[in-house]
Amino acid sequence: MQTVTMEVKNEDVADAIRTLLGRILALDEIDAVMVPGRLPGSRSVMPLLIHDPDQLDNSDPLSPAFALNAAKQVCRLTRTATPKRVAAVLRPCEIRAFIELVKLKQGLREQVIIIGSDCPGAYPNKIFDALTREGDDSGADHGYVKRPSVDESSLSKACRACEHPMPTGADLAVCLWGVDTGREVMVDAQTDSGREILDRLGLKATPLPDQRAAAVETVVAERTRFRDSMFAETAAATDSLEKLDHYFAHCVNCYNCRTACPVCYCRQCVFETNLFDHDPLQYLSWTRRKGMIKMPTDTIFYHLTRLAHMSTACVGCGQCSNACPNDIDVMSLFRTVAHRTQAAFDYQAGRDVAERPPLSEFREHEFADTAGLHWRKEA
Amino acid sequence: MQSFEPLIIAFVCNWCTYTAADLAGTSRLTYPSNVRLIRVMCTGMVDPQYIIKAFLEGADAVLVSGCHPGDCHYINGNFKARRRIRLLKEILPQFGFEADRLQLTWIGASDGIQFTQTMRELTERTRELGPVASRSQMVF
Ligand code: SF4
Ligand code: SF4
Ligand code: FES
Repeated sequence: MQTVTMEVKNEDVADAIRTLLGRILALDEIDAVMVPGRLPGSRSVMPLLIHDPDQLDNSDPLSPAFALNAAKQVCRLTRTATPKRVAAVLRPCEIRAFIELVKLKQGLREQVIIIGSDCPGAYPNKIFDALTREGDDSGADHGYVKRPSVDESSLSKACRACEHPMPTGADLAVCLWGVDTGREVMVDAQTDSGREILDRLGLKATPLPDQRAAAVETVVAERTRFRDSMFAETAAATDSLEKLDHYFAHCVNCYNCRTACPVCYCRQCVFETNLFDHDPLQYLSWTRRKGMIKMPTDTIFYHLTRLAHMSTACVGCGQCSNACPNDIDVMSLFRTVAHRTQAAFDYQAGRDVAERPPLSEFREHEFADTAGLHWRKEA
Repeated sequence: MQSFEPLIIAFVCNWCTYTAADLAGTSRLTYPSNVRLIRVMCTGMVDPQYIIKAFLEGADAVLVSGCHPGDCHYINGNFKARRRIRLLKEILPQFGFEADRLQLTWIGASDGIQFTQTMRELTERTRELGPVASRSQMVF
C-alpha cells in the first residue's frame, strides 16, 4: 500500500500518530519504538525506547523540544543485527544524520523502520525550557503538543533555515502539510519496507491531496529565503581571520559542539587527546612571538579542523548551537561553509544512502585545475 | 612590501617530490630559501589539519606535492590529496586566505628542474600576495 489515512480525533494529531505507533509496535517483527516523549514527572522531552504499548502515552511525537539529535541513538540500536527490528520516529535532520552514519558503517539501515513527518521546526533548549516553565499554553505546555503549532519566530535558527523539512529517506512519512489535519493525517510509504508495513496495518488507502506539493513548496521557499540571508550575514561576519577570532571570542574549548554534533563521527577527537597538552614552553614561545595569546589556545584551529573534517556531512540540525554554553552561533557558520563544500562535490548530506561521502572516494579524472600551479588572477 | 619574505611550507612525498628536491640539490640547482620542506611518506597522509595548522602558525603559502597520477607508491594517495585540497580551497578563502596560497603539484622523482621552477614561481606569487591579512591580530 502506498498511502493511508489516519483519523484525527479532538484535533489531536499527536494522538493519531500514537495510534500508528501502537499498530506498528504490535507487529511481530518490531521489538520497540524509539520516539520523543516526556520523562515521567519532568518537563524534559527525550528519545524514549518503548517496548510496552501502554508507555506510548508518554510519547510526544510532535514535541517542539529537540534536546539532541537522535541519529547517534539509532546507531546504538542498529550497530549490529538483532533478530527483530526497531522503529524510530525521527526529525528529517535526524534521518539525514543517521544516513551519513550508516555510510560510515556506524549503524545498519535495514535494522530500523524510520518514521518521519513534515517538520514544523523545534525550539532551542533554552526557549523550550522557558515556555514549559511558564506552563503557558503556547503549544509547548509540558512538552506536549496536540497539533504541530509553533511560534515561527522563536524556532531555532537552524529550523528556520532548513530547506529540507520533509522526511526524505524515511520508510514512512507522516504528511501534515497540504492535509486537513483537523480531520486526518496521511502516512506515505517511501520504501519497500514502508509499503510492506502499511500493507499489514489494515488502514484505509488514500491518494495524497493535490494541494500538498504547493503547501510544501511554500514552506521550503520561506526557509530557503531565511537560509540565504543567514549565509550572507555569516559570510560577512567571518571573512577575515580577525573577524573569525571575534566570532569565537566567547569559545572556551569545551567541545560541546562536537559532542552534540551527530556527524562528528570519530570515536575520539584529536583535540581531546594529549596531542593538545602542549609543553609549557610552547605557550611561552607563542606569546613571545605574538606578544599576547588567549588561553586556552587552539580555538580557531579546532573549529577550522572540524569544518574540514565534517562539513561535507553537516545536516544543519543546529545541535552545535544548542549545545554551546556561550551562545555562539556555531550552526550558522558550519552551514554556510558546508553549503559550499557540499556543492563543490555535488553532494548533499543525508540525501541518499547510496552516495559515498566525498572524502572517502575519488576519481582518476576530476578537478583538473586543482593540481598544478594555477593562479586565480594572472600576475 | 619590498622587504616581505614569505614563508612557504611544502609537504612533499618521499618517493617523488622529495626525491626531485634531492636531485635538484645534487645537481647544484638552487631555489628560494623561503620554502621549508616537510617530508611525508605520501601526499595521501596530509590531513587538512596539517595545512590549517601551517597557515595559522605563520605560513604564507602551503604546497602539497607528490607523485604523478599512476605513480603514487600507495596507489591512490595523490587522488585523495586532490580531494582534500579541493575541499580546503572551498573553506579557507571564506576566512580571507586567497585560494592561490594553497597549491597541489605533481613533481616526479626525476623532475629536479621542475621542482626548482615550481618553488620559484610559488615564492613569486606569494610575495605578490603579501602577508596573510589580519593574522597578526589573531590571539587564537
Ligand atoms: S555541525 Fe551543527 S548543524 Fe551541522 S550536523 Fe553538526 S550539530 Fe548539526
Ligand atoms: S560549544 Fe561553544 S564554547 Fe564549547 S567548543 Fe563549541 S563553540 Fe566553543
Ligand atoms: S607516494 Fe608520492 S603521492 Fe603517494
